[in-house]
Amino acid sequence: MELQTLTYLVVGATFLIYIAIAIWSRASTTGEFYVAGTGVHPIANGMATAADWMSAASFISMAGLIAFLGYDGSVYLMGWTGGYVLLALLLAPYLRKFGKFTVPEFIGERFYSRGARLVAVICLVIASITYVIGQMKGVGVAFGRFLEVPFEVGVGVGMAIVFAYAVLGGMKGITYTQIAQYCVLIFAYTVPAIFISLNLTGNPVPQLGLGSQMAGESTLSLLDKLDQVVIDLGFAAFSAQKGSTLNIFLLTLSLMIGTAGLPHVIVRFFTVPKVSDARLSAGWALVFIAILYTTAPAVGAMARLNLTETIQTGPVGSETGNLAYEDRPDWFRKWETTGLLKFEDKNADGRIQYYNDANEQFAQQAEVYGWEGNEMVTVDRDIMVLANPEIANLPNWVIALVAAGGIAAALSTAAGLLLAISSAISHDVIKGMLMPAISEKKELLASRIAMAFAILVAGYLGLNPPGFAAQVVALAFGLAAASIFPALMMGIFNKKMNRDGAIAGMLTGLLSTLIYIFWFKGWFFIPGTEMRANTPDNWFMGISTEAFGAVGALLNFVVAVAVSKVTSAPPEHIQHLVEEIRVPRGAGVAAEH
Amino acid sequence: MTKNLSRQAYWRRNLRLVAICLSIWFVVSYVFGILLVEPLNAISLGGYPLGYWFAQQGSIYVFVVLIFFYASRMNKLDREFDVHEE
Repeated sequence: MELQTLTYLVVGATFLIYIAIAIWSRASTTGEFYVAGTGVHPIANGMATAADWMSAASFISMAGLIAFLGYDGSVYLMGWTGGYVLLALLLAPYLRKFGKFTVPEFIGERFYSRGARLVAVICLVIASITYVIGQMKGVGVAFGRFLEVPFEVGVGVGMAIVFAYAVLGGMKGITYTQIAQYCVLIFAYTVPAIFISLNLTGNPVPQLGLGSQMAGESTLSLLDKLDQVVIDLGFAAFSAQKGSTLNIFLLTLSLMIGTAGLPHVIVRFFTVPKVSDARLSAGWALVFIAILYTTAPAVGAMARLNLTETIQTGPVGSETGNLAYEDRPDWFRKWETTGLLKFEDKNADGRIQYYNDANEQFAQQAEVYGWEGNEMVTVDRDIMVLANPEIANLPNWVIALVAAGGIAAALSTAAGLLLAISSAISHDVIKGMLMPAISEKKELLASRIAMAFAILVAGYLGLNPPGFAAQVVALAFGLAAASIFPALMMGIFNKKMNRDGAIAGMLTGLLSTLIYIFWFKGWFFIPGTEMRANTPDNWFMGISTEAFGAVGALLNFVVAVAVSKVTSAPPEHIQHLVEEIRVPRGAGVAAEH
Repeated sequence: MTKNLSRQAYWRRNLRLVAICLSIWFVVSYVFGILLVEPLNAISLGGYPLGYWFAQQGSIYVFVVLIFFYASRMNKLDREFDVHEE
């Protein structure tokens, strides 16, 4: 069957499943909109959390970044899994014991202040919208390719579908839909990986395949082979470190604490039956996440190898060693229509040369070959996972499945984030502060308007994304790391932390990180308004914008502790509250106020 | 032992366990995967350079084990101090 028809069929079928489950389980759970089924087993909750968590950044973008970054891509792998350890050990059980529904609610009550709650809402909205921008980029790439339209049109279609999907309502609370989405996305991710691993190494387990010997080679492991192939074209070795150690360290830290500070993830642990389940749930969530995350390095490496060998068909430098543009495969043509893959015949020989022309030593060698610069002028990292099965010549149904998986990943996360944004606006700001007497109907309307507004902002910024999907998402983590995580942690572990300290800390963390990002990426990400070019030479101590969240978090801690020392201690009942959340016994069912 | 004292002891035991777990968390990711990645890469594990393996595979496996370890130890601790849920 034609690929496009098949894609429509598979994507359509998965949508029907989600909607059917939503309708079927909603009838019995309308009353549990906030508390997603207190009877949900930790394994089920873990699976749903994993679907909520793994977004377009994890599914579409991450392996593509690893394909080009090699070892340096480890920051995403460790950063987005290690945060669960922090969640399970430092936050989840205590927030569950506290028993409220939104993160600002906890902050407002713990720091006995509406001001603190408002600051938390602002932090939450800024981090979440940045996160949605990353999703929009991913959705645009996926729709652009499968509808065969330019990227911009793809973003537009994505915005419409995310809107319809999120407004369908209560998705967040419906754990079973997310379990279905997890199954679709993990199946879609691992099946092509297994096929490709089998093809290349004969080992069906991608995690082992990456270290296994290449089929038909006697001694070379896949990783060694890849190192060799890319070095031959003037690139740095795949498994070698390229960035500065400080930046890699801080970026990993920033992603980890950001993970533990992102409201839409934390909320999931408010909904398990018991405190002990909150700990266990985080563990199960990580098991399900780890299945994808340990596969991703293999997917990235194999995609890079396949891409390079498709273009460099023979020995480097030989006349017929490069693919003739005329003979380019079908997937190449299709991606060209999205504008995310571009070829420019610089030496007019009708063949494609793909090499590192920034490497001066190799450039001299290339000149001898008659090459006049790298001719793959655009290779968007975000297309790699989607293109991977096509590059490897896998059957069409696998390719269609990957499209469905990518869309499931983007939708489940976007819906979760939009719900976090809209509930913060409608529940925390409008109902909690401005109009406590607002009717339920009006509250719902306000939340939908907030949601629509967030989609428009994110979609607009997604057209000119400040980076690849995973990088944009990394910015969101930096913001969450700098603002929300320290406030939550000190709220639990430092009994003497008071209102003034928490507010000063959150503002310091948020503003320092936000300004650092805007300084190099443009104010509000609008292109052309950046103060300095976004290059490592200009960065403070070589720290990238994505990694600055860890510095912001440190500033947050320092300022909060300093301010709390010189202002009055929190009242007696608050200190008592902190002691109370430290022990599991007495946790009731999470209930509204 | 008064209720208050025993709660303080419970909290101290919890903090100690958290500290142990986070040390392991730090060592496998930041030390093995980042700071010592170059020297560890000289060792090979299943075709992977060891430092690279820790950064892209090993640390994630350890994270999973750590959470389950912490959860089970805390369940025991909760019972020992009689603060577990019904």
